[in-house]
Amino acid sequence: MCTVCGCGESKLEHSHSHDHDHGHSHGHGHHHRHDHEHHHGHDHSHDLDYGAGLAGVHVPGLSQTRIVQIEQDILGKNDALAARNRAALADQGIFALNLVSSPGSGKTTLLCKTIEALGGRFPVAVIEGDQQTSNDADRIRATGAPAIQVNTGKGCHLDADMVAKACERLKPADDSVLFIENVGNLVCPAAFDLGEAYKVAILSVTEGEDKPLKYPDMFAAAGMMILNKVDLLPHLDFDVEACIANARKVNPEMVVLQVSARSGQGMDEWLAWIMEGRRRAVTERIAALEAKLKAARESL
Amino acid sequence: MHEMSLTEGVVRILEDQAATHGFAKVKTVWLEIGELSNVDPESMLFCFDAVAKGSPVAAGAKLEILRIAGQGFCLNCGETVAVANRFDPCPKCDGFGLRVTAGEEMRIKELEVE
Repeated sequence: MCTVCGCGESKLEHSHSHDHDHGHSHGHGHHHRHDHEHHHGHDHSHDLDYGAGLAGVHVPGLSQTRIVQIEQDILGKNDALAARNRAALADQGIFALNLVSSPGSGKTTLLCKTIEALGGRFPVAVIEGDQQTSNDADRIRATGAPAIQVNTGKGCHLDADMVAKACERLKPADDSVLFIENVGNLVCPAAFDLGEAYKVAILSVTEGEDKPLKYPDMFAAAGMMILNKVDLLPHLDFDVEACIANARKVNPEMVVLQVSARSGQGMDEWLAWIMEGRRRAVTERIAALEAKLKAARESL
Repeated sequence: MHEMSLTEGVVRILEDQAATHGFAKVKTVWLEIGELSNVDPESMLFCFDAVAKGSPVAAGAKLEILRIAGQGFCLNCGETVAVANRFDPCPKCDGFGLRVTAGEEMRIKELEVE
């Protein structure tokens, strides 16, 4: 088990992925990948070539070894699966958000209130990630929205394969919004692309204003920060301006919203942002469908 | 962070590569780990020995970690500068807004195999 966070092999319903890496991602990923394989030496030769060993020299008495240069990203498999998720979501016109935060920032309450406030304007589905229990998925289902719980067991984050499998079961509707509530953890989920449009980091004002500096990778990866529980500000010494300044040090383009899921403050802005994101996803899908339609018409 | 699951990923890649390139054992693995990548090399070394034991291809392999220094491009002054932490200002102009260009790597560079 990991000495830092205790995470190990992650599992969704005890299934393991045996997918092969499909190589290049096509422009949707956040990383440049270099999975080309280069061979050094004469790997496939059956002749004895003592010059083909390490550094091209043969040292008598040492076993013959060779160097295989693979230049493969450790997260390459996850990134390839995330790219596949992103393409599948785009095909369906689904706007997907990956909600990340520490435990207890109010993600699930914010989600429940968001779903209620959207009031069935368009379909919404939720993937809930937690180490154990289906409590959060139960809370979401109580709002009427379909939800699936992914228990990561020892794992401290969701990965792209878990999201792909969860989508197979959840079957989110076309032109919907998919909320993925990640495991409460400001460290590990930063590195794992799930195929979402944006990561949204939620920070509650009962936490420290220096959290963006303490966990910079997460705030650098997120496109938006929601400062939650702002109704509690009169009772706290939390410095909102300092917190926002810290977030922008890590990520100068960070969009920041101040919200209270409990009182409803700032919710309109949050809902408007979601609706705009969905509008763009659906618009892109319409353009893709129209292009297909045009091609079909022209083929007549 | 998740060094254990990353290490499991490394061992899985080694096993895939063994099938592709037709080797039986890995002797040394060179990893490139950027200094801004959120991976603790000590922890990775510790995890690797534990995880590799369970794999016929990777068991006993030596893990060599090459660190890659953080580097960024400053949108403010247009300079390429060294980055030690994500939230540091540009050392040339003190502005915030560095785009990280190197130091986030988590890559298996090459293998010594037999």
